[in-house]
Amino acid sequence: MPERIVETVQVKHLRILDKKGNADPALAPPLSDEELKRMYEILVLSRTFDQRALNLQREGRLGTYPSFLGQEASQVGSAFAAEKSDWLFPTFRESGVYVAMGCPLHLLFQYWGGDERGMRMPDNLNVFPLSIPVGTQITHAVGVAMAIKYRKDRAAALAYFGDGGSSRGDFHEGLNMAGVFKLPVVFLCQNNQWAISMPRDRQTAAQTIAQKAWAYGFEGIQVDGNDVFAVYKATRDALMKAKGGGGPTLIECFTYRVADHTTSDDASRYRTKEELEIWKARDPILRLRMFMEKKSLWSDAYQKDVETRSKAVVDEAQKKAEAIALPDPRDMFTYTYNGLSQRQSRQLKDF
Amino acid sequence: MATMNTVQALNLALQEEMERDKDVIVLGEDVGKDGGVFRVTEGLYDRFGAERVVDTPLAETGIVGAAIGMAAYGLKPVVEIQFMGFIYSAIDQIFSHAARIRARSRGKYGCSLVIRAPYGGGVKALEHHSESTEALFCHMPGVKVVVPSSPRIAKGLLISAIRDPDPVLFLEPTRLYRLVKEDVPEIDYTVPLGKARIVQEGKDVTVIAWGSMLQRTMKSIEGMNVELIDLMTLSPFDEETVLQSVKKTGRVVIVHEAPSMCGLGAELSATIAEHAMLHLKAPILRVTAYDVVLPLPKLEDYYLPNTARIRKAIETVMQY
Repeated sequence: MPERIVETVQVKHLRILDKKGNADPALAPPLSDEELKRMYEILVLSRTFDQRALNLQREGRLGTYPSFLGQEASQVGSAFAAEKSDWLFPTFRESGVYVAMGCPLHLLFQYWGGDERGMRMPDNLNVFPLSIPVGTQITHAVGVAMAIKYRKDRAAALAYFGDGGSSRGDFHEGLNMAGVFKLPVVFLCQNNQWAISMPRDRQTAAQTIAQKAWAYGFEGIQVDGNDVFAVYKATRDALMKAKGGGGPTLIECFTYRVADHTTSDDASRYRTKEELEIWKARDPILRLRMFMEKKSLWSDAYQKDVETRSKAVVDEAQKKAEAIALPDPRDMFTYTYNGLSQRQSRQLKDF
Repeated sequence: MATMNTVQALNLALQEEMERDKDVIVLGEDVGKDGGVFRVTEGLYDRFGAERVVDTPLAETGIVGAAIGMAAYGLKPVVEIQFMGFIYSAIDQIFSHAARIRARSRGKYGCSLVIRAPYGGGVKALEHHSESTEALFCHMPGVKVVVPSSPRIAKGLLISAIRDPDPVLFLEPTRLYRLVKEDVPEIDYTVPLGKARIVQEGKDVTVIAWGSMLQRTMKSIEGMNVELIDLMTLSPFDEETVLQSVKKTGRVVIVHEAPSMCGLGAELSATIAEHAMLHLKAPILRVTAYDVVLPLPKLEDYYLPNTARIRKAIETVMQY
């Protein structure tokens, strides 16, 4: 018997906005002028926050901080597609997701300043506390999707991770389970080309990360991660599909970590300046700005206004975070268990 | 009241809790149609359906990770890990997340999760099927560790574990699954977590044990004036009951089937030394497995603490 083809995989790459800010009219998401401006303003706000966090770290006022510079479109575009009822699972490099979901910014400064209370998200915000062990949050999103399906709620889970995370067993076990149970979950991989010093080709020999989805029985798509429209559209479509019972999707946002891994890292040790410059020129915020300029939604005066407002918001958040009194040291006993153990009570008594 | 073994008692606990609370979901490998490798979940699939008794892919990290998500959403997942020896790939999820999500979110999310696992030796099993590594988990703040020692206790403890708002590792002594039968009330009763149980009162020596070693110790102390404590919750354990007993007897023997190095006996000894040293008449002795790789069945009986070793330790402390 001759061999026969039992499965073929075709991986698509989606780009809507080109580098000059021209949008493909057939694919451009139907966003109103107001929504476009809101998207742009969140992009600028997220970068303003990020740059301030870096500055504060250098001044010793924040601890180690992982910048998401260059990944704003991937983070803001995807979060912009989520509804309040959806559950988001960010990693440590997703400050842009928190900003876009409306997390009060002083909480982020508080958290990165070393105060756990900053990860207490407001009750109406279904954004999980960020996960530091790489890839481990993927299965939590899967579990939430199982619970959503069990309760028949109209919502979906959205798991963030990176190219490094895609190498881990958690990725495999999470995506595998999501496929088996056809769960309402979207896996959003920001392939930013670097996991600290390890380039993407040290994570997988596969041509794309998106294609791994087919091994789990669902579809993947690669999008230009510096194109906020492509990220938004792919995420929105995937979330709609998930909520309609169509199961999971893997989205690979092809982007770049312009910043060092964290403030403790020096990326010049392992990557070239030339590569960095190429990606800096692909600035995702600039691309939307060029698009808006063509639609007369952007001007120098508008830019100045957006920057001034962003700076004011970030100033205010920083001021608020820095004014928060130190937590009561006894606070560390409060949340380990629902109540105090005998030993904790004794330790607290002697504290 | 019905006479039943531990498997039946645990099954009854699951049935009652699933009947009482729609948020209770059972998930794991072969827990559905097959009823679990030890049949603890037998009949649940037929009674509650595939949505609540979920047969999962073979993926311990994935199962526990997913259960953490389910718990955050407000469900009460009861995970079965087929043997304690297979739980290690899920330790990252247990330590890094289940134990910390309450603290990390400052109480916004809890982790009301039970992880059941057959535990311990004495059943002539394959490699990795007789593990007793409870101390690993006792070391981690945020996790509770519970071990039942009889059918009646098992049912009451499992119900408490399911209702508990924190993650509970529920270790079921494989050896006791069908060894002991006991009258088990079919009414709603619980055995509280965090409390030890004085199995028998005595004056001369306090013996602390749990799980299948509790049963073995009971058989070893005939004719001796021993106060026997079933610790039941290993972490956080009931220091008050332990210290009160030690202050009365002045002598302590701790029996566990894990190796001695950093076993829970070490923590119990240190706690007793810190808080009741001046009441002691003799050194604290531990009867444990040897500090060797757990042998296959041919040598298992030489590895596990036996009646002779337990009696000898008690006789030794009685000489002081």
